[in-house]
Amino acid sequence: MSVLVYAEHDNASLKDATLAVVSAAAKLGEVHVLVAGSGAKAAADAAGKISGVAKVLLADDAAYANQLAENIAPLVAGLMVGYDALLAPATAHGKNIAPRVAALLDVAQVSDILSVEGPKTFTRPTYAGNAIATVESSDAKLVITVRGTAFAKAEPTGGSASVEAVAAAGDAGISSFVGAEIAKSERPELTAAKIIVSGGRALKDADTFKATVFPLADKLGAAVGASRAAVDAGYVPNDYQVGQTGKIVAPEVYIAVGISGAIQHLAGMKDSKTIIAINKDEDAPIFQVADIGLVADLFKAVPELTGKL
Amino acid sequence: MKILVPVKRVIDYNVKPRVKADGTGVDLANVKMSMNPFDEIAVEEAIRLKEKGVATEIFAVSVGPQKAQETLRTALAMGADRAILVQTDDEVEPLAVAKILKAIADEEQPGLVVLGKQAIDDDSNQTGQMLAALMGRPQGTFASVVTVEGDSVTVTREVDGGLETVKLALPAIVTTDLRLNEPRYASLPNIMKAKSKPLATKTPADYGVDTTPRLKALKVTEPPVRSAGIKVADVDALVVKLKEMGVAQ
Repeated sequence: MSVLVYAEHDNASLKDATLAVVSAAAKLGEVHVLVAGSGAKAAADAAGKISGVAKVLLADDAAYANQLAENIAPLVAGLMVGYDALLAPATAHGKNIAPRVAALLDVAQVSDILSVEGPKTFTRPTYAGNAIATVESSDAKLVITVRGTAFAKAEPTGGSASVEAVAAAGDAGISSFVGAEIAKSERPELTAAKIIVSGGRALKDADTFKATVFPLADKLGAAVGASRAAVDAGYVPNDYQVGQTGKIVAPEVYIAVGISGAIQHLAGMKDSKTIIAINKDEDAPIFQVADIGLVADLFKAVPELTGKL
Repeated sequence: MKILVPVKRVIDYNVKPRVKADGTGVDLANVKMSMNPFDEIAVEEAIRLKEKGVATEIFAVSVGPQKAQETLRTALAMGADRAILVQTDDEVEPLAVAKILKAIADEEQPGLVVLGKQAIDDDSNQTGQMLAALMGRPQGTFASVVTVEGDSVTVTREVDGGLETVKLALPAIVTTDLRLNEPRYASLPNIMKAKSKPLATKTPADYGVDTTPRLKALKVTEPPVRSAGIKVADVDALVVKLKEMGVAQ
Protein backbone atom coordinates (compact mmCIF):
# COMPACT_ATOMS: atom_id res chain seq x y z
CA MET A 1 0.00 0.00 0.00
CA SER A 2 1.31 3.49 -0.78
CA VAL A 3 0.55 6.06 1.89
CA LEU A 4 0.69 9.84 1.72
CA VAL A 5 1.16 11.66 5.02
CA TYR A 6 -0.01 15.26 5.20
CA ALA A 7 2.67 17.11 7.17
CA GLU A 8 1.80 19.78 9.69
CA HIS A 9 4.39 22.56 9.64
CA ASP A 10 4.86 26.31 9.76
CA ASN A 11 7.06 26.43 6.62
CA ALA A 12 10.21 26.79 8.72
CA SER A 13 9.85 23.65 10.79
CA LEU A 14 7.85 20.47 11.03
CA LYS A 15 5.31 20.07 13.84
CA ASP A 16 5.69 17.15 16.20
CA ALA A 17 2.19 15.94 15.30
CA THR A 18 3.57 14.73 11.96
CA LEU A 19 5.82 12.15 13.68
CA ALA A 20 2.98 10.10 15.17
CA VAL A 21 1.21 10.13 11.80
CA VAL A 22 4.32 8.70 10.14
CA SER A 23 4.30 5.85 12.70
CA ALA A 24 0.66 5.08 11.96
CA ALA A 25 1.29 5.28 8.19
CA ALA A 26 4.25 2.91 8.41
CA LYS A 27 1.85 0.21 9.65
CA LEU A 28 0.02 0.44 6.31
CA GLY A 29 2.79 0.67 3.71
CA GLU A 30 5.45 2.83 2.10
CA VAL A 31 5.33 6.35 3.52
CA HIS A 32 5.61 9.51 1.46
CA VAL A 33 5.15 12.89 3.11
CA LEU A 34 3.56 15.94 1.51
CA VAL A 35 4.76 19.35 2.63
CA ALA A 36 2.50 22.02 1.15
CA GLY A 37 3.57 25.54 1.99
CA SER A 38 5.39 28.62 0.81
CA GLY A 39 9.15 28.81 1.30
CA ALA A 40 8.80 25.45 3.03
CA LYS A 41 12.06 23.81 1.91
CA ALA A 42 13.29 23.64 5.51
CA ALA A 43 10.16 21.78 6.63
CA ALA A 44 10.49 19.40 3.66
CA ASP A 45 14.13 18.70 4.49
CA ALA A 46 13.11 17.95 8.09
CA ALA A 47 10.41 15.56 6.81
CA GLY A 48 13.05 13.74 4.72
CA LYS A 49 15.07 13.05 7.86
CA ILE A 50 12.23 11.28 9.67
CA SER A 51 13.01 7.63 10.08
CA GLY A 52 10.74 5.51 7.86
CA VAL A 53 9.92 8.14 5.25
CA ALA A 54 10.69 7.00 1.67
CA LYS A 55 10.00 10.23 -0.21
CA VAL A 56 8.96 13.83 0.43
CA LEU A 57 6.75 15.78 -1.93
CA LEU A 58 7.13 19.56 -1.71
CA ALA A 59 4.39 21.76 -3.12
CA ASP A 60 5.83 25.24 -2.70
CA ASP A 61 3.59 28.07 -3.79
CA ALA A 62 2.31 31.39 -2.47
CA ALA A 63 -1.21 29.89 -2.50
CA TYR A 64 -0.16 27.51 0.30
CA ALA A 65 1.49 30.11 2.54
CA ASN A 66 -1.30 29.92 5.13
CA GLN A 67 -2.45 26.44 4.18
CA LEU A 68 -6.05 27.38 3.46
CA ALA A 69 -8.23 24.29 3.03
CA GLU A 70 -9.76 25.64 -0.20
CA ASN A 71 -6.33 25.66 -1.87
CA ILE A 72 -4.73 22.63 -0.21
CA ALA A 73 -7.58 20.13 -0.66
CA PRO A 74 -7.56 20.10 -4.51
CA LEU A 75 -3.76 19.67 -4.46
CA VAL A 76 -3.95 16.69 -2.10
CA ALA A 77 -6.93 15.15 -3.91
CA GLY A 78 -4.99 15.38 -7.20
CA LEU A 79 -1.92 13.70 -5.69
CA MET A 80 -4.07 10.89 -4.28
CA VAL A 81 -4.31 9.40 -7.80
CA GLY A 82 -0.97 7.80 -6.95
CA TYR A 83 -1.77 6.70 -3.38
CA ASP A 84 -4.03 4.27 -1.54
CA ALA A 85 -4.30 6.21 1.71
CA LEU A 86 -3.99 9.73 3.08
CA LEU A 87 -3.10 10.17 6.74
CA ALA A 88 -3.22 13.54 8.50
CA PRO A 89 -2.85 14.49 12.16
CA ALA A 90 -6.12 14.90 14.10
CA THR A 91 -5.13 18.47 14.97
CA ALA A 92 -7.17 21.61 14.25
CA HIS A 93 -5.31 21.88 10.95
CA GLY A 94 -5.59 18.22 9.94
CA LYS A 95 -9.29 18.17 10.83
CA ASN A 96 -9.83 21.21 8.63
CA ILE A 97 -8.16 19.71 5.55
CA ALA A 98 -8.78 15.94 5.58
CA PRO A 99 -12.61 15.81 5.28
CA ARG A 100 -12.47 18.29 2.40
CA VAL A 101 -10.08 15.93 0.60
CA ALA A 102 -12.24 12.89 1.44
CA ALA A 103 -15.33 14.50 -0.09
CA LEU A 104 -13.41 15.44 -3.25
CA LEU A 105 -12.38 11.77 -3.52
CA ASP A 106 -15.91 10.57 -2.65
CA VAL A 107 -14.69 8.46 0.28
CA ALA A 108 -15.65 8.29 3.94
CA GLN A 109 -13.08 9.58 6.42
CA VAL A 110 -12.01 7.57 9.42
CA SER A 111 -11.50 10.23 12.11
CA ASP A 112 -9.05 10.20 15.00
CA ILE A 113 -7.79 6.60 14.78
CA LEU A 114 -6.32 4.96 17.90
CA SER A 115 -4.89 1.86 16.23
CA VAL A 116 -4.37 0.10 12.91
CA GLU A 117 -5.99 -3.33 13.12
CA GLY A 118 -5.63 -4.32 9.46
CA PRO A 119 -5.14 -2.77 6.02
CA LYS A 120 -8.63 -1.24 6.14
CA THR A 121 -9.58 -1.72 9.79
CA PHE A 122 -9.05 0.83 12.55
CA THR A 123 -10.25 1.67 16.02
CA ARG A 124 -11.54 5.15 16.82
CA PRO A 125 -13.16 6.84 19.82
CA THR A 126 -16.83 7.87 19.76
CA TYR A 127 -19.10 9.38 22.43
CA ALA A 128 -16.24 11.33 24.03
CA GLY A 129 -14.13 8.19 24.20
CA ASN A 130 -16.81 6.24 26.07
CA ALA A 131 -17.23 3.80 23.19
CA ILE A 132 -14.38 2.56 21.01
CA ALA A 133 -15.53 1.56 17.54
CA THR A 134 -13.67 -0.87 15.29
CA VAL A 135 -14.48 0.12 11.72
CA GLU A 136 -13.60 -1.34 8.34
CA SER A 137 -13.58 0.87 5.27
CA SER A 138 -15.09 -0.35 2.01
CA ASP A 139 -13.74 2.58 -0.01
CA ALA A 140 -11.06 2.18 -2.67
CA LYS A 141 -8.95 4.86 -0.99
CA LEU A 142 -8.58 5.70 2.69
CA VAL A 143 -8.64 9.13 4.27
CA ILE A 144 -7.68 9.02 7.94
CA THR A 145 -6.87 11.42 10.75
CA VAL A 146 -4.58 10.10 13.47
CA ARG A 147 -4.76 10.76 17.22
CA GLY A 148 -1.23 11.77 18.10
CA THR A 149 -1.23 10.37 21.63
CA ALA A 150 -2.16 6.88 20.40
CA PHE A 151 0.98 6.25 18.33
CA ALA A 152 4.67 6.43 19.25
CA LYS A 153 6.47 9.27 17.51
CA ALA A 154 8.71 8.28 14.59
CA GLU A 155 12.39 9.19 15.07
CA PRO A 156 12.90 12.68 13.64
CA THR A 157 16.39 11.71 12.44
CA GLY A 158 17.96 8.79 10.64
CA GLY A 159 16.05 9.03 7.38
CA SER A 160 17.44 10.29 4.10
CA ALA A 161 14.43 10.60 1.81
CA SER A 162 14.72 12.72 -1.32
CA VAL A 163 12.58 15.83 -1.70
CA GLU A 164 10.69 16.01 -4.97
CA ALA A 165 8.91 19.18 -6.10
CA VAL A 166 5.29 18.75 -7.19
CA ALA A 167 3.26 21.23 -9.22
CA ALA A 168 0.94 23.54 -7.31
CA ALA A 169 -2.79 23.46 -8.00
CA GLY A 170 -3.18 27.25 -7.75
CA ASP A 171 -5.34 29.56 -5.69
CA ALA A 172 -9.05 28.72 -5.65
CA GLY A 173 -9.70 32.45 -5.15
CA ILE A 174 -12.56 31.99 -2.68
CA SER A 175 -10.77 32.53 0.63
CA SER A 176 -7.95 34.61 2.05
CA PHE A 177 -5.92 34.71 5.23
CA VAL A 178 -6.47 37.80 7.39
CA GLY A 179 -4.27 37.15 10.41
CA ALA A 180 -3.51 35.00 13.43
CA GLU A 181 -3.06 35.47 17.14
CA ILE A 182 -0.79 32.66 18.12
CA ALA A 183 0.05 32.59 21.80
CA LYS A 184 3.74 32.60 22.64
CA SER A 185 4.71 30.72 25.74
CA GLU A 186 7.93 29.67 27.39
CA ARG A 187 6.18 26.58 28.68
CA PRO A 188 6.11 23.27 26.79
CA GLU A 189 3.39 22.73 24.20
CA LEU A 190 0.33 21.07 25.71
CA THR A 191 0.22 18.08 23.35
CA ALA A 192 3.96 17.40 23.72
CA ALA A 193 4.43 18.04 27.45
CA LYS A 194 5.55 15.34 29.89
CA ILE A 195 3.76 17.06 32.78
CA ILE A 196 0.57 19.12 32.61
CA VAL A 197 -1.06 21.18 35.34
CA SER A 198 -4.68 21.91 34.47
CA GLY A 199 -7.12 24.21 36.20
CA GLY A 200 -10.90 24.29 36.36
CA ARG A 201 -13.70 26.68 37.12
CA ALA A 202 -12.87 26.59 40.83
CA LEU A 203 -9.92 28.89 40.08
CA LYS A 204 -12.39 31.84 40.25
CA ASP A 205 -10.92 34.26 37.71
CA ALA A 206 -8.04 34.85 35.29
CA ASP A 207 -5.76 36.42 37.91
CA THR A 208 -6.34 33.68 40.45
CA PHE A 209 -5.75 31.04 37.76
CA LYS A 210 -2.42 32.68 36.89
CA ALA A 211 -1.39 33.13 40.49
CA THR A 212 -2.28 29.55 41.49
CA VAL A 213 -1.66 27.25 38.53
CA PHE A 214 1.22 28.96 36.72
CA PRO A 215 3.77 28.84 39.61
CA LEU A 216 3.16 25.11 40.13
CA ALA A 217 3.49 24.46 36.40
CA ASP A 218 6.70 26.47 36.21
CA LYS A 219 8.17 24.67 39.21
CA LEU A 220 7.55 21.35 37.47
CA GLY A 221 8.48 22.52 33.96
CA ALA A 222 4.92 21.63 33.01
CA ALA A 223 2.48 22.84 30.37
CA VAL A 224 -0.75 24.51 31.50
CA GLY A 225 -4.16 23.18 30.53
CA ALA A 226 -7.73 23.99 31.49
CA SER A 227 -11.22 22.59 31.56
CA ARG A 228 -13.85 23.94 29.18
CA ALA A 229 -15.51 25.77 32.07
CA ALA A 230 -12.30 27.66 32.84
CA VAL A 231 -11.84 28.61 29.19
CA ASP A 232 -15.49 29.62 28.74
CA ALA A 233 -15.20 31.80 31.83
CA GLY A 234 -12.24 33.56 30.23
CA TYR A 235 -9.56 32.51 32.75
CA VAL A 236 -7.26 31.33 29.92
CA PRO A 237 -7.37 31.33 26.09
CA ASN A 238 -9.10 28.64 24.01
CA ASP A 239 -5.90 26.80 23.10
CA TYR A 240 -5.52 25.68 26.74
CA GLN A 241 -8.66 23.54 26.60
CA VAL A 242 -8.28 19.82 27.23
CA GLY A 243 -11.23 17.60 26.38
CA GLN A 244 -13.51 15.94 23.84
CA THR A 245 -13.48 18.96 21.57
CA GLY A 246 -10.28 20.57 22.77
CA LYS A 247 -6.85 19.03 22.92
CA ILE A 248 -6.27 15.35 23.59
CA VAL A 249 -3.29 14.85 25.87
CA ALA A 250 -1.52 11.87 27.40
CA PRO A 251 1.39 13.15 29.50
CA GLU A 252 3.38 11.19 32.07
CA VAL A 253 1.71 13.20 34.83
CA TYR A 254 -1.54 15.17 34.66
CA ILE A 255 -2.35 17.31 37.67
CA ALA A 256 -6.00 18.40 37.73
CA VAL A 257 -6.59 21.36 40.03
CA GLY A 258 -10.16 22.28 40.87
CA ILE A 259 -11.51 20.21 37.97
CA SER A 260 -14.62 18.17 38.74
CA GLY A 261 -14.09 15.70 35.88
CA ALA A 262 -16.99 15.95 33.42
CA ILE A 263 -16.90 13.15 30.84
CA GLN A 264 -16.02 15.70 28.17
CA HIS A 265 -12.89 16.65 30.10
CA LEU A 266 -11.96 13.07 30.95
CA ALA A 267 -12.13 12.30 27.21
CA GLY A 268 -9.15 14.56 26.68
CA MET A 269 -6.82 13.33 29.43
CA LYS A 270 -7.73 9.89 30.71
CA ASP A 271 -4.88 8.22 28.81
CA SER A 272 -2.37 10.14 30.93
CA LYS A 273 0.04 7.79 32.68
CA THR A 274 -0.52 9.17 36.17
CA ILE A 275 -3.43 11.43 37.09
CA ILE A 276 -3.26 13.53 40.24
CA ALA A 277 -6.36 15.40 41.38
CA ILE A 278 -6.67 18.18 43.90
CA ASN A 279 -10.27 19.06 44.69
CA LYS A 280 -12.17 19.98 47.81
CA ASP A 281 -15.22 17.91 46.81
CA GLU A 282 -14.37 14.32 47.70
CA ASP A 283 -17.23 13.07 45.51
CA ALA A 284 -15.92 14.81 42.38
CA PRO A 285 -15.83 12.34 39.44
CA ILE A 286 -12.17 13.22 38.79
CA PHE A 287 -11.25 11.06 41.82
CA GLN A 288 -12.69 8.00 40.05
CA VAL A 289 -9.90 8.16 37.48
CA ALA A 290 -7.16 9.73 39.58
CA ASP A 291 -4.19 7.62 40.69
CA ILE A 292 -3.48 10.03 43.50
CA GLY A 293 -6.14 12.23 45.02
CA LEU A 294 -5.88 15.03 47.54
CA VAL A 295 -9.12 16.30 49.04
CA ALA A 296 -8.24 19.84 49.97
CA ASP A 297 -8.91 23.51 49.37
CA LEU A 298 -6.81 24.20 46.30
CA PHE A 299 -6.13 27.79 47.35
CA LYS A 300 -4.21 26.43 50.34
CA ALA A 301 -2.91 23.16 48.92
CA VAL A 302 -1.52 24.35 45.59
CA PRO A 303 0.65 27.19 46.92
CA GLU A 304 1.84 24.88 49.71
CA LEU A 305 2.71 22.20 47.14
CA THR A 306 4.52 24.72 44.95
CA GLY A 307 6.48 25.88 47.98
CA LYS A 308 7.51 22.39 49.06
CA LEU A 309 8.70 21.16 45.67
CA MET B 1 -29.86 36.00 2.43
CA LYS B 2 -31.05 32.61 3.57
CA ILE B 3 -29.15 30.60 6.15
CA LEU B 4 -29.21 26.81 6.19
CA VAL B 5 -28.68 25.29 9.64
CA PRO B 6 -28.26 21.51 9.75
CA VAL B 7 -29.00 20.01 13.18
CA LYS B 8 -28.52 16.52 14.60
CA ARG B 9 -30.40 14.63 17.28
CA VAL B 10 -27.87 13.05 19.61
CA ILE B 11 -27.56 11.62 23.09
CA ASP B 12 -27.88 14.42 25.66
CA TYR B 13 -24.64 16.09 26.68
CA ASN B 14 -25.13 15.13 30.34
CA VAL B 15 -25.84 11.44 29.82
CA LYS B 16 -23.03 8.95 30.23
CA PRO B 17 -23.13 6.64 27.20
CA ARG B 18 -23.27 2.88 27.87
CA VAL B 19 -21.94 0.35 25.39
CA LYS B 20 -24.38 -2.49 24.66
CA ALA B 21 -23.34 -5.86 26.03
CA ASP B 22 -23.39 -7.43 22.55
CA GLY B 23 -20.87 -4.89 21.24
CA THR B 24 -23.13 -3.55 18.48
CA GLY B 25 -23.18 0.05 19.64
CA VAL B 26 -24.25 2.40 22.38
CA ASP B 27 -27.54 1.81 24.17
CA LEU B 28 -29.90 4.64 23.22
CA ALA B 29 -33.15 3.01 24.44
CA ASN B 30 -34.88 5.28 26.98
CA VAL B 31 -31.94 7.68 26.93
CA LYS B 32 -32.50 11.42 26.90
CA MET B 33 -31.81 12.84 23.43
CA SER B 34 -31.18 16.50 22.57
CA MET B 35 -29.91 18.74 19.84
CA ASN B 36 -26.16 18.40 19.34
CA PRO B 37 -24.72 21.26 21.47
CA PHE B 38 -22.59 22.63 18.62
CA ASP B 39 -25.71 22.75 16.42
CA GLU B 40 -27.53 24.78 19.08
CA ILE B 41 -24.71 27.28 18.81
CA ALA B 42 -25.21 27.24 15.01
CA VAL B 43 -28.95 27.93 15.35
CA GLU B 44 -28.21 30.78 17.78
CA GLU B 45 -25.65 32.32 15.42
CA ALA B 46 -28.10 32.20 12.51
CA ILE B 47 -30.78 33.89 14.65
CA ARG B 48 -28.34 36.63 15.67
CA LEU B 49 -27.49 37.23 12.00
CA LYS B 50 -31.21 37.54 11.28
CA GLU B 51 -31.66 39.92 14.20
CA LYS B 52 -28.84 42.04 12.78
CA GLY B 53 -30.66 42.17 9.45
CA VAL B 54 -27.98 40.12 7.67
CA ALA B 55 -30.21 37.09 7.14
CA THR B 56 -33.79 37.10 5.95
CA GLU B 57 -34.73 33.48 6.54
CA ILE B 58 -33.37 30.55 8.56
CA PHE B 59 -34.23 27.01 7.64
CA ALA B 60 -33.15 24.03 9.69
CA VAL B 61 -32.53 20.57 8.26
CA SER B 62 -32.08 17.29 10.07
CA VAL B 63 -31.22 13.92 8.60
CA GLY B 64 -32.45 11.19 10.91
CA PRO B 65 -35.38 9.26 12.34
CA GLN B 66 -38.92 10.54 12.73
CA LYS B 67 -38.07 11.69 16.25
CA ALA B 68 -35.55 14.17 14.83
CA GLN B 69 -38.70 16.27 14.32
CA GLU B 70 -38.37 17.18 18.01
CA THR B 71 -34.89 18.55 17.35
CA LEU B 72 -36.22 20.59 14.44
CA ARG B 73 -39.07 21.90 16.61
CA THR B 74 -36.42 23.05 19.10
CA ALA B 75 -34.66 24.95 16.31
CA LEU B 76 -38.02 26.47 15.27
CA ALA B 77 -38.77 27.43 18.87
CA MET B 78 -35.39 29.13 19.15
CA GLY B 79 -36.16 31.17 16.05
CA ALA B 80 -35.69 29.24 12.80
CA ASP B 81 -38.45 29.95 10.25
CA ARG B 82 -39.03 26.51 8.75
CA ALA B 83 -37.60 23.03 8.76
CA ILE B 84 -36.97 20.00 6.59
CA LEU B 85 -36.69 16.50 8.01
CA VAL B 86 -34.89 14.09 5.71
CA GLN B 87 -36.25 10.98 7.32
CA THR B 88 -34.36 7.71 7.55
CA ASP B 89 -33.86 5.12 10.25
CA ASP B 90 -30.48 4.14 8.86
CA GLU B 91 -27.20 5.37 10.23
CA VAL B 92 -26.16 8.10 7.80
CA GLU B 93 -22.44 8.86 7.56
CA PRO B 94 -21.11 12.44 7.27
CA LEU B 95 -20.37 12.05 3.53
CA ALA B 96 -23.99 11.09 2.77
CA VAL B 97 -25.32 13.86 5.06
CA ALA B 98 -23.10 16.32 3.16
CA LYS B 99 -24.51 15.06 -0.17
CA ILE B 100 -28.09 15.53 1.04
CA LEU B 101 -27.26 19.03 2.32
CA LYS B 102 -25.59 19.82 -1.01
CA ALA B 103 -28.78 18.85 -2.87
CA ILE B 104 -30.85 21.02 -0.52
CA ALA B 105 -28.42 23.92 -0.93
CA ASP B 106 -28.71 23.59 -4.72
CA GLU B 107 -32.48 23.99 -4.41
CA GLU B 108 -32.55 26.69 -1.76
CA GLN B 109 -29.38 28.69 -2.56
CA PRO B 110 -28.48 29.76 1.01
CA GLY B 111 -25.83 32.47 1.41
CA LEU B 112 -24.46 30.77 4.51
CA VAL B 113 -24.56 27.29 5.95
CA VAL B 114 -23.88 27.27 9.71
CA LEU B 115 -23.47 23.94 11.49
CA GLY B 116 -21.75 22.37 14.49
CA LYS B 117 -18.10 21.44 14.11
CA GLN B 118 -18.80 17.93 15.31
CA ALA B 119 -21.60 15.81 16.71
CA ILE B 120 -20.97 14.55 20.22
CA ASP B 121 -22.06 11.00 19.32
CA ASP B 122 -19.79 9.91 16.47
CA ASP B 123 -17.24 12.72 17.06
CA SER B 124 -16.44 12.70 13.32
CA ASN B 125 -15.91 16.44 12.69
CA GLN B 126 -16.41 16.05 8.92
CA THR B 127 -19.82 17.18 7.63
CA GLY B 128 -19.15 20.92 7.24
CA GLN B 129 -15.82 20.44 5.48
CA MET B 130 -17.31 17.78 3.19
CA LEU B 131 -20.28 19.98 2.31
CA ALA B 132 -17.92 22.85 1.51
CA ALA B 133 -15.91 20.56 -0.81
CA LEU B 134 -19.03 19.26 -2.58
CA MET B 135 -20.36 22.80 -3.05
CA GLY B 136 -16.94 24.08 -4.12
CA ARG B 137 -17.30 26.84 -1.54
CA PRO B 138 -14.99 28.11 1.25
CA GLN B 139 -15.15 26.90 4.86
CA GLY B 140 -14.64 28.66 8.17
CA THR B 141 -14.30 25.80 10.63
CA PHE B 142 -14.22 25.98 14.47
CA ALA B 143 -15.57 29.55 14.43
CA SER B 144 -15.46 31.81 17.47
CA VAL B 145 -16.44 35.04 15.67
CA VAL B 146 -18.52 35.39 12.48
CA THR B 147 -18.95 38.75 10.72
CA VAL B 148 -20.81 39.13 7.43
CA GLU B 149 -19.93 42.18 5.34
CA GLY B 150 -21.18 42.61 1.78
CA ASP B 151 -20.40 39.51 -0.23
CA SER B 152 -17.97 37.97 2.23
CA VAL B 153 -17.82 36.57 5.73
CA THR B 154 -14.90 36.96 8.11
CA VAL B 155 -14.43 34.04 10.47
CA THR B 156 -12.12 33.86 13.48
CA ARG B 157 -11.20 30.22 14.03
CA GLU B 158 -10.03 28.39 17.15
CA VAL B 159 -6.81 26.65 16.11
CA ASP B 160 -4.21 24.73 18.12
CA GLY B 161 -1.93 27.66 18.88
CA GLY B 162 -4.63 30.29 19.38
CA LEU B 163 -6.84 32.06 16.85
CA GLU B 164 -6.75 32.52 13.09
CA THR B 165 -8.92 34.79 10.95
CA VAL B 166 -9.94 34.08 7.35
CA LYS B 167 -12.11 35.95 4.88
CA LEU B 168 -14.43 33.83 2.75
CA ALA B 169 -16.45 34.67 -0.33
CA LEU B 170 -20.19 33.97 0.08
CA PRO B 171 -21.82 31.51 -0.13
CA ALA B 172 -19.71 29.91 2.58
CA ILE B 173 -19.88 27.17 5.19
CA VAL B 174 -19.19 27.95 8.86
CA THR B 175 -18.75 25.32 11.57
CA THR B 176 -19.21 26.45 15.15
CA ASP B 177 -16.90 26.11 18.13
CA LEU B 178 -17.92 26.39 21.78
CA ARG B 179 -17.23 30.05 22.30
CA LEU B 180 -19.08 31.49 19.31
CA ASN B 181 -22.11 32.35 21.45
CA GLU B 182 -24.32 31.12 24.26
CA PRO B 183 -27.52 29.66 22.82
CA ARG B 184 -30.82 31.02 24.09
CA TYR B 185 -33.54 28.98 25.69
CA ALA B 186 -36.79 28.84 23.79
CA SER B 187 -39.57 30.66 25.64
CA LEU B 188 -42.89 28.92 26.22
CA PRO B 189 -44.80 31.17 23.76
CA ASN B 190 -42.13 30.46 21.14
CA ILE B 191 -42.36 26.73 21.78
CA MET B 192 -46.12 27.00 21.16
CA LYS B 193 -45.56 29.10 18.03
CA ALA B 194 -43.01 26.61 16.70
CA LYS B 195 -45.73 23.97 16.49
CA SER B 196 -47.35 25.82 13.62
CA LYS B 197 -44.18 26.63 11.70
CA PRO B 198 -43.74 24.64 8.46
CA LEU B 199 -41.89 21.32 8.72
CA ALA B 200 -41.54 19.34 5.49
CA THR B 201 -40.63 15.65 5.45
CA LYS B 202 -38.47 14.17 2.70
CA THR B 203 -36.30 11.09 2.22
CA PRO B 204 -32.67 10.70 1.09
CA ALA B 205 -34.05 9.19 -2.16
CA ASP B 206 -35.89 12.47 -2.86
CA TYR B 207 -32.43 14.02 -3.18
CA GLY B 208 -30.99 11.08 -5.10
CA VAL B 209 -28.52 10.25 -2.35
CA ASP B 210 -27.40 6.70 -1.59
CA THR B 211 -26.82 6.48 2.17
CA THR B 212 -25.23 3.02 2.21
CA PRO B 213 -22.45 3.22 4.83
CA ARG B 214 -18.88 3.12 3.57
CA LEU B 215 -17.56 2.17 6.99
CA LYS B 216 -18.62 -1.09 8.55
CA ALA B 217 -18.73 -1.06 12.34
CA LEU B 218 -17.26 -4.42 13.32
CA LYS B 219 -17.71 -3.90 17.04
CA VAL B 220 -18.04 -1.28 19.73
CA THR B 221 -16.33 -1.77 23.08
CA GLU B 222 -15.85 0.03 26.36
CA PRO B 223 -12.53 1.81 26.70
CA PRO B 224 -10.09 0.37 29.22
CA VAL B 225 -11.36 1.41 32.63
CA ARG B 226 -9.13 3.43 34.91
CA SER B 227 -9.63 2.51 38.47
CA ALA B 228 -9.47 5.00 41.25
CA GLY B 229 -6.12 5.07 43.00
CA ILE B 230 -5.25 6.23 46.45
CA LYS B 231 -6.05 9.36 48.40
CA VAL B 232 -3.25 11.10 50.21
CA ALA B 233 -3.90 12.86 53.50
CA ASP B 234 -2.09 16.12 52.92
CA VAL B 235 0.31 18.10 50.76
CA ASP B 236 3.36 16.54 52.43
CA ALA B 237 2.19 13.07 51.45
CA LEU B 238 1.64 14.29 47.88
CA VAL B 239 5.15 15.74 47.78
CA VAL B 240 6.53 12.34 48.86
CA LYS B 241 4.58 10.66 46.04
CA LEU B 242 5.81 13.15 43.45
CA LYS B 243 9.38 12.59 44.59
CA GLU B 244 8.95 8.80 44.36
CA MET B 245 7.72 9.26 40.80
CA GLY B 246 10.74 11.37 39.93
CA VAL B 247 8.55 14.34 39.09
CA ALA B 248 10.16 16.43 41.79
CA GLN B 249 13.54 16.33 43.49
